[in-house]
Amino acid sequence: MNCILELKNVGFVYGRGTPFEKRAVDNVNLTINEGELIGVIGHTGSGKSTLMQMLNGLIRPSDGQVLLGGKDIWAEPKKIREVRFRVGMVFQYPEYQLFEETVYKDICFGPQNRGLSGKELDEAVRKAADFTGLKPELLEKSPFDLSGGEKRRAAIAGVIAMNPEVLVLDEPTAGLDPMGREVLLSQIVRYHKERHNTVLLVSHTMEDVARVADRVLVMNRGRLSMFAPTKEVFSHADELEKSGLKVPQITKIMQDLRRQGFDVPEGVLTVDEAFEVLAPILKKEGKLW
Amino acid sequence: MSFISIQDVFFSYEQAEDGKPVQNAVDGVSLNVEKGEFVAIIGHNGCGKSTLAKHLNAMLLPDSGKVLIDGDDTSLEEKTFDIREKVGLVLQNPDNQLVASIVEEDVAFGPENLGVEPAEIRRRVDEALKAVDMYEYRTHAPFKLSGGQKQRVAIAGILAIQPQCIVLDEPTAMLDPNGREEVISTLLKLNREKKMTVVLITHYMDEAVLADRVVVMDGGKVLTQGTPEEVFSQVELLKKHRLDVPQSAELAYRLKGCGLKIDNIPLTQADCVAMLREAMR
Amino acid sequence: MVRDVSFGQYFPGKSLIHRLDPRAKLLIFIAYIVIIFCTFNFAALAVTTAFTALFLVLSKIPFKFYFKSLKVVIFIVIFTSLLNLFYGSGEALWQWWIFRITWEGIQRAIFVTVRIICLMLASSCLTFTTSPTELTDALERLMRPLKVIHFPVHEIAMMMSLALRFVPTLLEETDKIMQAQKARGADMESGNLVKRVKALIPILIPLFVSAFRRAYDVATAMECRCYRGGAGRTRMKQIHMGPRDVSALVVTALVIAGVILCNIFVTGVF
Repeated sequence: MNCILELKNVGFVYGRGTPFEKRAVDNVNLTINEGELIGVIGHTGSGKSTLMQMLNGLIRPSDGQVLLGGKDIWAEPKKIREVRFRVGMVFQYPEYQLFEETVYKDICFGPQNRGLSGKELDEAVRKAADFTGLKPELLEKSPFDLSGGEKRRAAIAGVIAMNPEVLVLDEPTAGLDPMGREVLLSQIVRYHKERHNTVLLVSHTMEDVARVADRVLVMNRGRLSMFAPTKEVFSHADELEKSGLKVPQITKIMQDLRRQGFDVPEGVLTVDEAFEVLAPILKKEGKLW
Repeated sequence: MSFISIQDVFFSYEQAEDGKPVQNAVDGVSLNVEKGEFVAIIGHNGCGKSTLAKHLNAMLLPDSGKVLIDGDDTSLEEKTFDIREKVGLVLQNPDNQLVASIVEEDVAFGPENLGVEPAEIRRRVDEALKAVDMYEYRTHAPFKLSGGQKQRVAIAGILAIQPQCIVLDEPTAMLDPNGREEVISTLLKLNREKKMTVVLITHYMDEAVLADRVVVMDGGKVLTQGTPEEVFSQVELLKKHRLDVPQSAELAYRLKGCGLKIDNIPLTQADCVAMLREAMR
Repeated sequence: MVRDVSFGQYFPGKSLIHRLDPRAKLLIFIAYIVIIFCTFNFAALAVTTAFTALFLVLSKIPFKFYFKSLKVVIFIVIFTSLLNLFYGSGEALWQWWIFRITWEGIQRAIFVTVRIICLMLASSCLTFTTSPTELTDALERLMRPLKVIHFPVHEIAMMMSLALRFVPTLLEETDKIMQAQKARGADMESGNLVKRVKALIPILIPLFVSAFRRAYDVATAMECRCYRGGAGRTRMKQIHMGPRDVSALVVTALVIAGVILCNIFVTGVF
């Protein structure tokens, strides 16, 4: 597998040299492979947002290096804009970044800055809109006339349209209702599958991460506390809870059963999985048909 | 007579134009809330739950039908402020509800508007801040607080008006898991210890589970209501309307579908573990 | 970065200055501005500086916060003092190319520097020790006589206090929007003036939209909390003019008198 992003001893300190000095990220080392879907979790103030903004050069690390495709992104600070096109970043509540007259024009903003034009631009915009499930007829509307969920999609499309190699989404489902969350999440998965791109999904909703991520990165107080396959991370439910995170209810139920001596596996993440595990056991007992 | 009585309320944001049918945000809702009850209203964005909430303190008035608060009709103009004193409304975005630059001055805003005596305002402010566990932060600036803390200050701002009922319109939608927990445990405490009537509008099922009664809304109508057990055992109905159920309920429902005998659908982790243990023994 | 600025922040406390009636503080502040611009010689300057030092010490706010507030104006101070230094008339003490330093220039530079610093320190002292609500309350009370001519005193005070409340929130929001647009490749650092002004559009429009949305929300929240204008409102924090405030006003009057006397006796200028 090809490594796309590598972090070497990365650290960040806010307000260095002032009385308000605060170490937000501390000595993080990790590598992310091309085509992976990574879940990023951590309590508020764990440093995960700072870490994410270092990936596309919005924040310059105080220590260490960020390597994109093997090259230090800060080797030539003047070309840092180039990095921002290659690592697309969708902020929390991205709908607040919409500003153009029409949704179409707004989605154009990023790719146009990247230098796309003509047919190429049009194609990028329409594809991005399709990935986020934005209906074509909405493209000619003013972004301010859209519903909350549609605005969110338009904003995400604006980043996807830059055709980034890595897409970072910070809490893309925040504030959406369960249905909106579900639909958006499945669209992200579809995008990931079709483009074979690297996606980093930052989320408080552990259920979402559990469902879609290949590997999960856990931040705790500025440090990388875990970075492992999803199942393995969620089998450490106690540790996650200690670092201020909430584990899916089903994971905890299965863990309790395991503790009480029942033969169920660790790190069960979804209701489907729990059902697959429990049904045969109950069948053997003659409790199910 | 119920404390809140919603009687066949219709409401639309659109003006009726000839020939065009109007889309009703609230489409014939009747609902009662008793004193001291903790009611959760759940449903999708746009199902009318927030519009309904704004009817409870006369921020919106029904197109037809009636809302009675403690016997007073909300459409009577002279009663508006009495009603807002009885029913406090907390909104979704905690930032936009705090109007002063210091926490305690913000909490004082409500009673100041009512013309309460200064010494009494001080007493109410201290009491309200203690009730939401934010007393130590009374001299802080709101913009330096976390989301959960801001929302608790907003709740204190309503408590200082000394309402009999507090209505919250998705107070946790913009908060992180810790902030959500802070707000919900504060509400439970107010309901249990101070007998405050609470109407919580949310789309988080794990919050609704904690209420005495759950009302499910869809398309401006009440879909179903009852105790959390009654509501969440209707897994099929909720799924059909693409609403979440607690994972424990979903698991139990699926096992039940395969023949497992279950008396009560478990809503909490502990209940679910107990049920499974029973079944596997 | 935006949050580092300590100017305009309020530090709750119980010092003598904190406990002064905000109206008294506001009046003293206005008088102080007059004093500062009426110091025409070193004796008068010494009196005002001593007066400034007095209330800074009495405020019991750590000096590092005052220093931090000075950082904001450091460039203005350097710029204006240099300007004054080199543009004095009279006999040159030192000359090089177009630069001439005269005794008058040095004097003017010192006056300008001390004035700006004192003004900054005094306004910091006012905002450090007085909450925005107290400040706008005081303003409302002081302007009350204007109600006679139907001047919307309460409304203006309320607008000011809301503006003060939302300044940090909007600054934070600006920062967020800028980051988001930068992530979309917005280029704000290069290009000519026209290009740079154009680059502001993607920031200003979302900021305005969000400010209007907030304003609507705030209005709703205020109505929910029984707000119905200034009539019949009471205040939690009562403000009383007491002996303490009268003494403070008397001290200020004495300082004004002192400055005037210095002006008259030392330079003969009033």
